[in-house]
Amino acid sequence: MASVTYDHVVKRYTADLTVVKDFNVEIKDKEFMVLVGPSGCGKSTALRMLAGLEAISEGEIRIGDRVVNNVAAKDRDIAMVFQSYALYPHMSVYDNMAFPLQMQHMKKDEIEKRVKNASRILGLDNFLKRKPRALSGGQRQRVALGRAIVRSPKVFLLDEPLSNLDAKLRGQTRIELQKLHRDLETTFIYVTHDQVEAMTMGDRIAIMNAGILQQVGTPGDIYDHPANLFVAGFIGSPTMNFVPATVDNGTAKASGLEVKLPKPVSAAKGTLGFRPEAVTDRVVDGGPSMKMKVDVVERLGSDQFLYGQVGTDQVTARVDPRMSVQPGDTVQLGLDTRGLHFFDAETEKALI
Amino acid sequence: MSVAAASPTSSVAVTWSPRWITDRLGSVVLHIVVISLTLAWTVPTLGLLITSFRLPADIANSGWWTALAPPFRFTLDNYSQMLSASNLGQGLFNSFMISIPAVIIPVTMAAFAAYAFAWMKFPGRDWIFLALVGLLAVPLQLTFIPVTTEFVKLGFTPDNLQSIGLPPFIPLWLAHAGYGLPFSIYLLSNFFRALPSDLFESAEIDGAGMLTVFFRIVVPLSVPAIASLVIFQFLWVWNDLLVALIYVGGTPNVAPVTVSLVNLVGSEGQNYQLLTAAAFFSMIVPLVVFLSLQRYFVRGILAGSVKG
Repeated sequence: MASVTYDHVVKRYTADLTVVKDFNVEIKDKEFMVLVGPSGCGKSTALRMLAGLEAISEGEIRIGDRVVNNVAAKDRDIAMVFQSYALYPHMSVYDNMAFPLQMQHMKKDEIEKRVKNASRILGLDNFLKRKPRALSGGQRQRVALGRAIVRSPKVFLLDEPLSNLDAKLRGQTRIELQKLHRDLETTFIYVTHDQVEAMTMGDRIAIMNAGILQQVGTPGDIYDHPANLFVAGFIGSPTMNFVPATVDNGTAKASGLEVKLPKPVSAAKGTLGFRPEAVTDRVVDGGPSMKMKVDVVERLGSDQFLYGQVGTDQVTARVDPRMSVQPGDTVQLGLDTRGLHFFDAETEKALI
Repeated sequence: MSVAAASPTSSVAVTWSPRWITDRLGSVVLHIVVISLTLAWTVPTLGLLITSFRLPADIANSGWWTALAPPFRFTLDNYSQMLSASNLGQGLFNSFMISIPAVIIPVTMAAFAAYAFAWMKFPGRDWIFLALVGLLAVPLQLTFIPVTTEFVKLGFTPDNLQSIGLPPFIPLWLAHAGYGLPFSIYLLSNFFRALPSDLFESAEIDGAGMLTVFFRIVVPLSVPAIASLVIFQFLWVWNDLLVALIYVGGTPNVAPVTVSLVNLVGSEGQNYQLLTAAAFFSMIVPLVVFLSLQRYFVRGILAGSVKG
């Protein structure tokens, strides 16, 4: 009932400054959609247009079947959680959460019921009388969530809600948010620049760069099949290895690596991409192999990362932590061709 | 002065490095400047206070500081004479009748206007604001003749207003509101503009209209600015003599306490001991206003709103 559709949406500030270009996404009812991209990519603007805080220059945004281009923010039946939380500092936690309901002229006892319910869900029962300044960062964040929950909106908008929390709290809140999404059964649209948040929380992810939507898909889909060089480099940590290569008769040749492509490509030049975990410490018979001169070894206990040179290219490899390697060693590594990508040199689109 | 002199000697043992000397010298100079400024402001006031308790004969013959040495000859006569003098009570009443609306009108108008300048978009906003700031530079005296002419033409004179049953203070309310508005709007809109925009956006999504945002968010968060503006405007109106003389003239049933005070002094400066007592007496009201509003100067009123 509360799907959200961006239909050829454009946001233009001046003739030369277009921050969102031809944005098309369909967000399903009850879906947790994450908009992710580097700062300044237009993701927040896309969200703010949906919230009604920015005018839409071109195109249409629909919530359910209703076009909301000219609907005031308060009538869109959405709730937004701001990065800064934007709590009303002079009001108690209770009043902060009651405010949107008072604006709807709801009855007092109904307001109380809803606020109490939200505070129970969020564990804020003991803080209802406090002012925001007497709360910790995590508690403030929950009050901001509570203010959104009480309205039982059709769509939740969250604009980088975790970026002001410390690392430990962020991990916890991430899990809490997912639970909340499951309990509330409402559409969530979540903006972040953090690909870990995107990968862990999203039912689907929409990746943006420079105002252009790059790819929409499930986290697994995007990780395994990035649509272009940008997406491949943005998602995953450590990032995917990129080595420039030429293609000759179905074989890609890089400075220190030769690999038979699993399927033919039309381009003669491009970039070969493979994630660190596609590099193996064992060379399969007849499979691709490379010699890496190791510069840095990182042991994380569960993993071991090798950073080094293959030919003239910088490559990262994730290998078995039991493999004994020292910086300065030269090791023979293999490559799992199932994790191989090839990007066109001109368009940067994924051909494999 | 004793602070400045005592501190270097007391800590000779610490160190005499050049850095230490310049730091010390800096703080000594700062202390001297602050203390001299404080003295420059308070000594005349103290003189006035002491004079107000001296006998008229003594005032005429010796400086106020001589009263600090024996024989002590102080009296309350000046105060009792001043209080019994003709129409001080009427003057005080008039001062309140003038000051209260002359504070409420411009501060209220300025708050609305400042909100518009700070957070609403309308064509020409910046130019109008610039023009308003320009008005801050217009000298008060320049406006007396044209405004008085206009007031007379419109019938805004105390006698005329009273004869048709309106408060005779209207010309003063209007004049003080006009003189106070540019500064008030400037001060408040700067303050409003510094409020975090997320709050306004959040309120907009929560369904608050412009007036609700104004009354439930902007005003409560701007209490310190509004309180200081009220004090400024009140002091200015309460202490004003010139504007009152111009617009309501000597009409005694309209004139504020400042006019009554001036009339205590004879044209040749006689009775000036009464003036000193009256000055302290009239100081009580602004002092009460200041002290009662002081608790609204809250630091960090925005704490907890938008920081993590």
